[in-house]
Amino acid sequence: MWEYSEKVLEHFLHPHNVGEVEQPDGMALVGNIACGDALKLTFKLDENGRIKEARFKTFGCASAIASASALTEMIKGMTVAEAEKVTNQDIADYLGGLPKEKMHCSVMGREALEKAIAHYKGVPVAEAEGKIICECFGVTEPEIERVVRENGLQTVEEVTNYTKAGGGCGGCHEAIQEIIDRVHAQPKPAAARPKLTNIQKIKMIEDTLEREIRPALRQDGGDIELIDVVGNKVLVATRGACASCVAVHLTLKDFVEAKLRELVWPELEVEEVSQ
Amino acid sequence: MTTIYLDNNATTQVAPEVLEAMLPYFHDFYGNPSSMHTFGGQVGRQIRKAREQVAGLIGARDDEIIFTSCGTESDNTAIRSALATNPGKRHIVTTRVEHPAIHALGARLAQDGYRVTEVPVDGDGRLNLENYARSLTPDTAVVSVMWANNETGVIFPVEQLAVMARNKGILFHTDAVQTVGKIPIDLSQSAIDLLSLSGHKLHAAKGVGALYVRKGTRFSPFLIGGHQEKGRRGGTENVPSIIGLGVACELAGANLEKENTAVKFLRDKLETALLEKVPDSRVNGDRHSRLPNTSNLSFAYVEGEAILLLLNEFGICASSGSACTSGSLQPSHVLRAMGVPFTMAHGSIRFSLSIYNTKAEIDFVIEKFPAVIERLRALSPYWEEAAAAVCATRDFEGA
Repeated sequence: MWEYSEKVLEHFLHPHNVGEVEQPDGMALVGNIACGDALKLTFKLDENGRIKEARFKTFGCASAIASASALTEMIKGMTVAEAEKVTNQDIADYLGGLPKEKMHCSVMGREALEKAIAHYKGVPVAEAEGKIICECFGVTEPEIERVVRENGLQTVEEVTNYTKAGGGCGGCHEAIQEIIDRVHAQPKPAAARPKLTNIQKIKMIEDTLEREIRPALRQDGGDIELIDVVGNKVLVATRGACASCVAVHLTLKDFVEAKLRELVWPELEVEEVSQ
Repeated sequence: MTTIYLDNNATTQVAPEVLEAMLPYFHDFYGNPSSMHTFGGQVGRQIRKAREQVAGLIGARDDEIIFTSCGTESDNTAIRSALATNPGKRHIVTTRVEHPAIHALGARLAQDGYRVTEVPVDGDGRLNLENYARSLTPDTAVVSVMWANNETGVIFPVEQLAVMARNKGILFHTDAVQTVGKIPIDLSQSAIDLLSLSGHKLHAAKGVGALYVRKGTRFSPFLIGGHQEKGRRGGTENVPSIIGLGVACELAGANLEKENTAVKFLRDKLETALLEKVPDSRVNGDRHSRLPNTSNLSFAYVEGEAILLLLNEFGICASSGSACTSGSLQPSHVLRAMGVPFTMAHGSIRFSLSIYNTKAEIDFVIEKFPAVIERLRALSPYWEEAAAAVCATRDFEGA
C-alpha cells in the first residue's frame, strides 16, 4: 500500500473544486484512459485577471485526484503570470509530499495548468510538440528535458516516476539516459551564464526566436520579427495573424518574453514596435 | 471498524485450529527434528504426519512431498530441477498469465539463453490449446502452467495439458498455489510431474509451502545443505508452520464441499448484484471454468486504486489489477494478455472469498459498493462523455 500523507488522503476523500467551470477562460485535458490517468482542468478569470474559479475532473488514482484538487486550490486568486510559475514540486509540497512513484501525478497537474493557460492565451504548448521518446505513454523529448531540468532528475527510474516515460516496454531507457546526460552537461540557462556582450545577446535572441518562438506562432498563422535590441529592451514587430490579434500583448509578455528570459537573459523586456 | 476480508487470493487468515496446532512447537516442542534425542525426534514424527496430511489433500504419496518456504521457492525449485536434469534441452513452455514466480523466472532464464514460449490466452482468459500443442518441441525441457489464475480464478485444463506434455516426454509443472483446497485434486490419476502449493493461501501460516515431485522424477535440489527432506531441500525445517500446513490441508479437504457450495454461492451473489447495480461493468475471465471463490470485475471509467481506497473507508479489503496498484505503470499483465480494454483494465477489482465470509458481509459490500463507483465516476472526465454517448444512442434509437 502507498504511504500517502494525510493531506493527500484528505484531498482524495474530500476533493475540492470538482466539476467544470461554465464558459471557462482556459481549459485543458491531459493524459488519457490508456495511460491510466487523465485530468480536465477549467478556470475562469475575474475582471482583474486573477483566477476566480478553477475546477477539475480526474480519472485516476488517489494521488492523481488529490493533485488536481490541490492544484485548483493553489491557483485560485493567482494571476495568469503567477499561475504559470507553479511547478509540479509546488503541487507535491502542498500535499505534504507524494510517494516518489507517484510524482507523475503532480507533473500531470502542472501540464494541465500549462495547457489551460496556453489555451487561454491561444498559443501552443512547446512541450507537447517534439519527438516522442516513450511510445508506450506518448512522452516527448521536450517534456522529459523539462522535468529532468526542473527536478534535477538523475536516473531513468526517476524520469519514469515523474513522467511515466520508460514505464512500459522499457525500449526507450537508453534514449532517456541520453537526455539526462545531455541536460546535465548543459550549463544552466540564463542564471548561470556570465554577462553577455551585446552581440552575443542579439545572437541568442535571434536563435531563440527562430527555434522556440516563431514555430509556435506560425502554427496559428502568426509571426514575429526582431527589429532591434536596446540594452535589455527587445523591440519586435508582429506579423501575420499576430498583427491583427487582440491578445497579442499577452502572447508577447507571457510567451515571447518569458521564453527569452528563460533562455537568454532574465531581465529582458519585449516591446512591440510598428514596422 | 470491522474488517470485511475479500482478498483471500492474496493471503488468508490462519485457521484457529491451525494456530492452535502450531503453538506448542514454539514453546514446548522446540527441538530439532534431526537431533538424536527423543526431544527432537518426536518433532520429526509430527512432520511425518504433516507430510501425510498434505499428500492426502492432493492424492499424492508421502515421499512425493517436499516442504519449502513458499510457493515461489517451490516454483523455482521445480523449474531449475527440470532444467538441471534435462541438460540437453533449452526450451521452456509457460503462459502469458503466470504469477511472477514463474513469469520473472522465465524472463531470467531467457537472459541466460533458454528459449521461453509463453502461450497466449483468449478474451476470457482460456488457454489456446492449439498454440500450446504446437509449442511442445523435442527441445522442450519443462512445461509450467498454473492450475488456476490468481487474478481471474480461471482454471486451466492442466490434467489434459500434462498428458499432452508426457506424450512428448516433457516434464510438466503446475503452480497450484491458488487451486489447492479450492477444487478437488488427485495426482495419483494425473500426468503432472511437479506441483507447487503455498501455506498462506489455504489458512496456514506465511513462510511455508510444498513441492510435489512425482515418484521416479529425476530431481536436483535448489537449496543445498543438510540432509533434511531426504537431501532434496537443505535447511532446518520450519517446524510450527509445517505442522500448521498439515492441519490446514486436512481442514481444506473437509471444507472442499463448502468451498464449492457456500463460498461459491456468496461469490455469485456478490458478482450478480454488482453487475446488476453498476452500469458499464463486466466479469473478467471464463465464468464456466473458474475457482469458486474468485470474482474479477471491471468498472469502466474509474481507476482501481481509488476504488480500493474508498472501499478501505468501509473496512472492505479487495485488490485491483490497475496500474497504480500493480506497482508498475501498466495494468495487470493478466488483463492485458486477455485483451481487456484499457477503459476496463484500469478499473478492475478482484474479490476473493473464503469459508470465513458471511452473508451479512456480502450484503454490506453490495450495499456500499455501487455508491463508491458513482462517486468516482462523478469525478471522471470520461464518465459524462460516455453517459452522453449512451443517451445520444438511445435518443437515436428512440427516434
